[in-house]
Amino acid sequence: MTISQRPYSVKRCKAPMVAALLALGLSACAPAMAPQGINDPFEKQNRATHALNLKLDTYILRPVANNATRILPDEVFIGASNVADNLGLPGVVANDLLQAKIGPAVHNTLRFAVNSTLGLGGLFDPAAKMGATAKHTDFGETLSVWGVGEGAYVELPAYGPSTQRDTVGTVVDLVFDPLRLFIPKDKRWVGTVAQIAARIGDRGRYSETVDSILYDSADGYAQARLLYLQNRRHTLGQTTAESDFEDPYAQ
Amino acid sequence: MRSKTETTSMHLTRRAFGAGLAAGTGFLAFALPVRALTVDQARQLVDKLIADINATINSGQSEEAMFGEFEQIFVTYADVATIARSALGPASKSASAGQMAAFTKAYQGYISRKYGRRFREFIGGKIEVMDARPYKSYYEVISTATLQGSAPFDLRWWVGDKSGRSLFFNIIIEGVNMLASERTEIGAILDQNGGDVDKLVAALNAS
Repeated sequence: MTISQRPYSVKRCKAPMVAALLALGLSACAPAMAPQGINDPFEKQNRATHALNLKLDTYILRPVANNATRILPDEVFIGASNVADNLGLPGVVANDLLQAKIGPAVHNTLRFAVNSTLGLGGLFDPAAKMGATAKHTDFGETLSVWGVGEGAYVELPAYGPSTQRDTVGTVVDLVFDPLRLFIPKDKRWVGTVAQIAARIGDRGRYSETVDSILYDSADGYAQARLLYLQNRRHTLGQTTAESDFEDPYAQ
Repeated sequence: MRSKTETTSMHLTRRAFGAGLAAGTGFLAFALPVRALTVDQARQLVDKLIADINATINSGQSEEAMFGEFEQIFVTYADVATIARSALGPASKSASAGQMAAFTKAYQGYISRKYGRRFREFIGGKIEVMDARPYKSYYEVISTATLQGSAPFDLRWWVGDKSGRSLFFNIIIEGVNMLASERTEIGAILDQNGGDVDKLVAALNAS
């Protein structure tokens, strides 16, 4: 099921960033092609990482999450998730701007302003109640908008499914987080704690669904890979419907 | 980790996209030859299907009883033979007619139990049809599922009438294609059983 990314053309290249990305070994510069199928040349290594991640889940994340969500009310984790999302907003706005999406940039700036003040530092999400619901983006999406192909599928240790492009995106979002401009160094742990709590909350609240994929599937690795790729492409507006689907009536 | 917010944003994007979609749909309906099945009929099918699912998940019955009802709903509204054949993939071409019949029957129970367990999370929630449009040689009915304590998500039903009746043959949840997921899963179980369809049937019946 390996597919080849369409060779990139130089038209529509944006910014000198592209040179840097090419240096990272990513194909770039074609208008983002809707990727198809599964490109997993590192499957052996990925499966080893998946086995490690399963152990981390079985022995740490899953028991901690199930107990935490049983003991603490949902509001705690929703609050943590809100704080983590709010602290991520400066980064989201930066990516909106890099994608030249002015409307969403304004929208997310307003969300950040409202939720940081009326929402008590992001604990609540009053902006959503006013109609400005979350519009997430990240540097992986920015790269996609710039025409960078998704690259190979990778499963990252302790993080989970990703692609080469989205791995670069995740690292860039982490390293160049503009939140650093707002928050003094000794207060940055707040965001980290909120993110960990949010992740624990999600694992606990959706425990059965996650279990069904990781533990009940005949091949949990393949299911997680498929789910990630299809959902990610959907998020990026690359409808998988046409590319990943064989018409069952055409057989 | 960010699933909550992402779901919300996708939902919004889709709505914003709605106007364009409506225009495109109108054009397609005009340009395409007359079909036996219409957008309205496809939509009605999913409306009825959802009403039945909602009635079952809010009926307060035991899980076992619900699985039985889900299987009934599945048989009534889904093109089970086509879904089963697609899930089995290339092996369906070499399987005998008897094996296909046994596999289809086993698969029907298997998928009702599997999705029935997931539907439990829908208790207290609701699914609403938002839109329907012609898509390739079939129809896509777009619905939104709102579950307790989470943001609404996008649920699409592909409805066709090539089996002779109007039936759905695929579900797309936030971009995740049920047929593709099923083919991966059934392929893996088949591999675990050394490619033997009879053993696959036994494994599905035991699940």
